[in-house]
Amino acid sequence: MKRYFHNFGERLIVGLLTLSGTVTSLTVLLIVFYLFKEGLGIFSMSPVEEGTAIAVNKQNPVKELSASQLKEISDQNITNWQQVGGPNAPIKLFRIDDITEYYSEEELGADFEFVPQRINEIVTKNPNILAFFPEEFLAKDFPGRQIFLDNISVADFLGGREWYPTITPAVRMGVLPLILGTLWVSFGAILLALPLGLATAVYMAEIADSRVRNILKPVIELLAGIPSVVYGFFGLVVVVPLIQDIFGLPVGETALAGSIILGIMALPTIISVSEDAMRTTPRAMKEASLALGASKWQTIYKVVIPYSISGISTAAILGIGRAIGETMAVLMVTGNASVIPDSFLEPVRTIPATIAAELGEAPQGGIHYKALFALGCILFLLTLIINVTVDLVSAKKRENR
Amino acid sequence: MSFHDGKSSNQSKRLAQSAAFTIFRGLSFSVVAILFIILAFIIIRGVSVISWEFLTEMPRNGMTAGGIFPAIVGTFWLVVGSMLFAFPIGVMSGIYMNEYLKDGWLKRFIKLMTNNLAGVPSIVFGLFGMALFVNRFGFGDSILAGSLTLGLLALPVVIRTTEESLKAIDDSFRIGSLALGASKWQTTSRVVLPMAFPNIITGLILSIGRVSGETAPILFTVAAYFLPRLPDSIFDQVMALPYHLYVISTSGTDIEASRKMAYGTAFILILIILVVNLLANWLRKYFAKRVKMH
Amino acid sequence: MYHTDSKEKEYSIQTKDVHLYYGDFHALKGISVAMRKNQVTAFIGPSGCGKSTFLRCFNRMNDLIDNARIEGDILVDGVDIYKTNIHVDDLRKHVGMVFQKPNPFPKSIFENVAYGLRVNGTQNKNFIQERVERSLQQAALWDEVKDKLKKSAFELSGGQQQRLCIARALAIEPSVLLMDEPASALDPISTAKIEELIYGLKKDYTIVIVTHNMQQAGRVSDHTAFFFLGELVEFAKTKTLFTSPRDQRTQNYITGRFG
Repeated sequence: MKRYFHNFGERLIVGLLTLSGTVTSLTVLLIVFYLFKEGLGIFSMSPVEEGTAIAVNKQNPVKELSASQLKEISDQNITNWQQVGGPNAPIKLFRIDDITEYYSEEELGADFEFVPQRINEIVTKNPNILAFFPEEFLAKDFPGRQIFLDNISVADFLGGREWYPTITPAVRMGVLPLILGTLWVSFGAILLALPLGLATAVYMAEIADSRVRNILKPVIELLAGIPSVVYGFFGLVVVVPLIQDIFGLPVGETALAGSIILGIMALPTIISVSEDAMRTTPRAMKEASLALGASKWQTIYKVVIPYSISGISTAAILGIGRAIGETMAVLMVTGNASVIPDSFLEPVRTIPATIAAELGEAPQGGIHYKALFALGCILFLLTLIINVTVDLVSAKKRENR
Repeated sequence: MSFHDGKSSNQSKRLAQSAAFTIFRGLSFSVVAILFIILAFIIIRGVSVISWEFLTEMPRNGMTAGGIFPAIVGTFWLVVGSMLFAFPIGVMSGIYMNEYLKDGWLKRFIKLMTNNLAGVPSIVFGLFGMALFVNRFGFGDSILAGSLTLGLLALPVVIRTTEESLKAIDDSFRIGSLALGASKWQTTSRVVLPMAFPNIITGLILSIGRVSGETAPILFTVAAYFLPRLPDSIFDQVMALPYHLYVISTSGTDIEASRKMAYGTAFILILIILVVNLLANWLRKYFAKRVKMH
Repeated sequence: MYHTDSKEKEYSIQTKDVHLYYGDFHALKGISVAMRKNQVTAFIGPSGCGKSTFLRCFNRMNDLIDNARIEGDILVDGVDIYKTNIHVDDLRKHVGMVFQKPNPFPKSIFENVAYGLRVNGTQNKNFIQERVERSLQQAALWDEVKDKLKKSAFELSGGQQQRLCIARALAIEPSVLLMDEPASALDPISTAKIEELIYGLKKDYTIVIVTHNMQQAGRVSDHTAFFFLGELVEFAKTKTLFTSPRDQRTQNYITGRFG
């Protein structure tokens, strides 16, 4: 009997452990599932604000408009139908608010019950009209032609150069500036952090005596422990004004500020991973070099660094990964302008910062919400690529041994 | 024979070495300097803000005065909640992966997943927490949703720590116990775990530091912009220290006026990290000494 | 500088009352010994007796250990190598070393041998080419590798790797060659080759070899030193030491009572 309970208990524990072990895998799968379920939804949505009808006069030969054309028209950058494949005539924009210019309140009805009819009249009367109005006012016998926009395509989403997720009548959801902004800032961060981090790693692994190393180790650990929002705050009150002063800029919130802060934040990763790699250099290899009369420095760059090169590349890749995914610090110091950057002294906006800044205001299930999840998917894929690369690099290293 | 004739044949080699070492030493110490500047800046500006009032009162006047009590309490509950979730599951996963799971595709798969989870940016955890806990499960913005999200974030850290600690224990102890007729779980619980305990506990403490400072995962799952009361249940929203710092330094009602509050909040966050790191270091030394005595 | 005494000239390495401490641990206890030029001296003794530690004093390899402290005098070719104005890398060029396990660099065979020349500032390609070839010939490896000099050193067998390491040490023309159990990781055939090699190298080099294997010491060395618990128990002509040891401990060791 006792034996039985003993076995039962043992099995229960194994079951419990197995369950826990699978939770992680399950979580990753769930993350992938939810992220992509919400994110991919964007490609089955129209960029037109939900419930908005777009219509032209029946005589107008224009049958389709793209989201970017719509934006240009509503910004009055396009004012003639000819520019979008129609007759040479000025575009007459009509928004539902404009209806009071055409009709008095009585003519619209106390409960706006006559509005559909009035819109019919307006669209029929004006051959050059482009009307935006709520679908609820679309009459059954609507005499004009409705224009439907294509759903947002993958190419538009990934290749689009404009990110205006809330403008009406049609949103612009091009993530190119955000992707480039992310890569730009991360690249800058690595450029700053790599020399500093590698030098420190070499110093700690090969040059410093144990006393100095005992000072450096906790310093690196502390750097890794400081919350990103504190880095962001420090960047905001110290680095940003400094950049503004030094370069004489109107605002200091720039890609450079982001890169500096991210660089500092990537340091601990770079240092500890590459230091660990250098420490795996066999003692025998270093001794062989020294015994041949090589100096310590020659031994470092001729033996230790070549030997640990894959670990060093892993460190660099992980550092980039840390920079790409970082949210709060970047959000606080980069100025968040969603334009494609061409200098480090301009504001940029990264993918994580966009999600953090906009998700709070995006109505659940709407196009903006889904677009932000799609950004999350991109971010996830970027980090996945990084993880897989790291795996490959270390697998290659094992092979070489 | 050149090694003792005073003028060496290798003058340039030595010059290169001392130049390289000087540069490396300089760069290494600049890393120390960076940390020192950040810490000094925030501590000096922040310490004067700290008062009994600051720690125990609600924020007032559009968060430009008063204290940060609700944010401290909020962060406390989030840490407790996330650790209640991440610690048991993480440690058990670690045990399962290191002691029970045999090498093979399943182990490789779970390893890969754990690695990936560790690499997922914290904002993605926020998105996921919002989609699953807040919306799908209907927890709303709540301590529960926030704790679970933070817990997931801490999970790979706890797993990895546990695994590393277990891996460091020599197989001879396990074989010795098994040879005496102990079962697998008896071996794990009576021999392996007690030896791994110090490292596991140190890792846990460090992950507390990490969780308490995370902002992105709680943005959409729990954090309140301004909520001058304490939570009644796990379904309440709370303020949290890192989010509070973000809010008052970027989008408060009067950013200039709330700078002081921001320095104070940053100081508290730094203080938590310092305490956590010192505690972890102290524990490491303490346990190392005890092991030596045995 | 010190070359006045004609007797000193016969000795390549002389030590006087050498003590070495690892922290609190007294690893070498007052060792004085003199090793002749162009002869092979073997260090034998049980594990942990200090023979390898002592060997590593001659090219100051113990400098790499943080808490090691050394007292006493060690003269290599008449020069006190622990004097402050000695450059360690020059000393190590002068005193070559071969390690217990073959430890070639992850480079080509050619580059392994050329390494010592390159780090010591040699740039002349032809010179390096010639020296590499000569060193490989001296190490009796040339015929086996001459067609694959560009191949990775890891493609060689263990015995070949060890001979490569010997060639690598010879390339910078040391006057002393230290060998720390050079054949302990090798099979009997490779071991025999290495021993043969040592015998041949003796005319150009002073060789000090640490070995676990008493037969090996008997075969290759002219003099043998027996170490026990950090002390030099006995130092004599190899034949003498093995046939009529003066000390009981030596007797016990060579007859296999412990070890």
